[in-house]
Amino acid sequence: MSRPAAIGAAAALLAAAALAAAFVGAADLNPFATAAALLDKIPFIRLPSSLDPVDRAVLFQIRLPRVVLGMLVGGLLALAGAGYQGVFRNPLVDSGTLGASAGAGLGATLAIVYLGGVGPGTVPVAAFAGSVAGVAVAYATGAAASRQGALGDGAATLLLAGIAVGSFLTAVQTFVLQRSASDIGAVYSWLLGSLSAASWQQVTTILPYAAVSTVVILLHGRHLDVLAVGDEEARALGLRPGLVRLLVVAACALAAASAVAVSGLIGFVGIIVPHVARRLAGPSYTSVLPLSLLSGAAFLVLADTLARTVLSPAELPIGVVTAFAGAPAFIWVLRSTSHVST
Amino acid sequence: MTALAADGVTVTLDRTPVVRAVSCAAADGEWLALIGPNGAGKSTLMRALAGLVRYAGTVTVGDADARTLRPRERARLLAYVSQEPVLPPDLTVAQYVLLGRTPHLSYLAVPGRRDRQRAAAAMERLDVARFAARRLARLSGGERQRVVLARALAADPRVLLLDEPTSMLDVGHEQQVLELVDGLRRSDGLTVVSTLHDLTLAAQYADELVLLDGGQVVAAGSPASVLTAARVESVYAASVTVVTGADGRPVVSPRRPAGPA
Repeated sequence: MSRPAAIGAAAALLAAAALAAAFVGAADLNPFATAAALLDKIPFIRLPSSLDPVDRAVLFQIRLPRVVLGMLVGGLLALAGAGYQGVFRNPLVDSGTLGASAGAGLGATLAIVYLGGVGPGTVPVAAFAGSVAGVAVAYATGAAASRQGALGDGAATLLLAGIAVGSFLTAVQTFVLQRSASDIGAVYSWLLGSLSAASWQQVTTILPYAAVSTVVILLHGRHLDVLAVGDEEARALGLRPGLVRLLVVAACALAAASAVAVSGLIGFVGIIVPHVARRLAGPSYTSVLPLSLLSGAAFLVLADTLARTVLSPAELPIGVVTAFAGAPAFIWVLRSTSHVST
Repeated sequence: MTALAADGVTVTLDRTPVVRAVSCAAADGEWLALIGPNGAGKSTLMRALAGLVRYAGTVTVGDADARTLRPRERARLLAYVSQEPVLPPDLTVAQYVLLGRTPHLSYLAVPGRRDRQRAAAAMERLDVARFAARRLARLSGGERQRVVLARALAADPRVLLLDEPTSMLDVGHEQQVLELVDGLRRSDGLTVVSTLHDLTLAAQYADELVLLDGGQVVAAGSPASVLTAARVESVYAASVTVVTGADGRPVVSPRRPAGPA
């Protein structure tokens, strides 16, 4: 598929997913009244809607912020995953690489165990800080190791440092959790991910980070293509691989941390979506990045719609849905693209 | 005028000097070949010339000290092709050749019409435009080498730095590639600096040879003056016969060392 066609298709899919998500949910809203209420929000369109105030609140204060937050989280996770895959020239890394997920997990665990109930904003802030700190420590460790020439390629060194830092943070988290068994339920449900607490306030809180990191990552598609020929040839072409890596890693860390802060650890989006994008439009990151952003957003909105309707009015953890649908889909992608590597 | 020159260049890797106080120069439009046994420091000297390893001494590009050039400026003047170029298997030939325009793009720029034109022209020159849409993984050895050269040429460089451009090719493709490079040199006034392990081919194509051994220059000058049987035998620890070919250039052929028949 050509680049414009693929991006157009992904945008159309996203629009359809968002619309579908706005129309279904635990509260049984009249679809015509819902459509009228939505159209009424478009400037210069005036439509009377028969939704009563409670239904309006369900639509505009519960369902819509959740759809928008799902789009943001899915887009950011997939984009960060694609960015990391480009930086590390490795198809197996995702948005949680470099200690990002482990750091977020530790931050959230500490907040739940030691600051439990200190207000609703504590866990997201702690998860965000933990995620960014995890990547920062991994990056600093990896950069120091490659300066000393301990290991060959800069990208590989960084990845190894990330694995080490991630294991360490996970060990600390497990230790903290094992010492306070009463919090295991709360921590576990955070780890599985959820958008059930979505609000416009969460949307506006992460929007600045989402915007900055998205712009920075999207501007680096061409540079990631150059990095694919290796650090040495990239330098011979006048590029500074270290600078590109630093900028993209920082932006991906910010993107993933913003997503994790409001949704917990949602797996598979950051690894699967970029691969599907690659399958559709080829390996150039000038296509893979925007496609991942759009289709990641669509995928997560659909997954969340399933999560809140399958057992309605109860909810499935969205992490379970993405993995349940994602794992078989990933196996299918791997089988049908076994000739494609990054 | 000198296109590229090294003056007292020393490269130390892991505390071991690999290139020691090497001086050499390629004039505009000239083909300079670095020869020498394995481990003589040819590739390391090439990487120093391309600015890819730290070195002591001076590298001059045109009339500028290479250290004063920004990475992109240097990359616009010198196109470097490594001995084993990395070809991302799923990129198409056209996408890969377009990467050669990188030195002409500012950090946030995207390739424009002119970049596409130059890349397309380079593909035409090397006769790879026919399979522009093919994935790199689907190329034969000779096609790969031409595609890599097209990427180098797409940058419109002044100097081509080719590290063993024919090491993976059979004698026919080897000759084709070297003829292509020589044609580009003559028609575009490109300067070529290459390492070549085949001494006869080096003598046939290069104007000047620099023979390295143990990181130092052992001999430099015209092929006939550098490639004497005695010198080749001592530097390479080989038994060879050197005769003069029909073009007046030396032909180096190996000979079985004397021993039981």
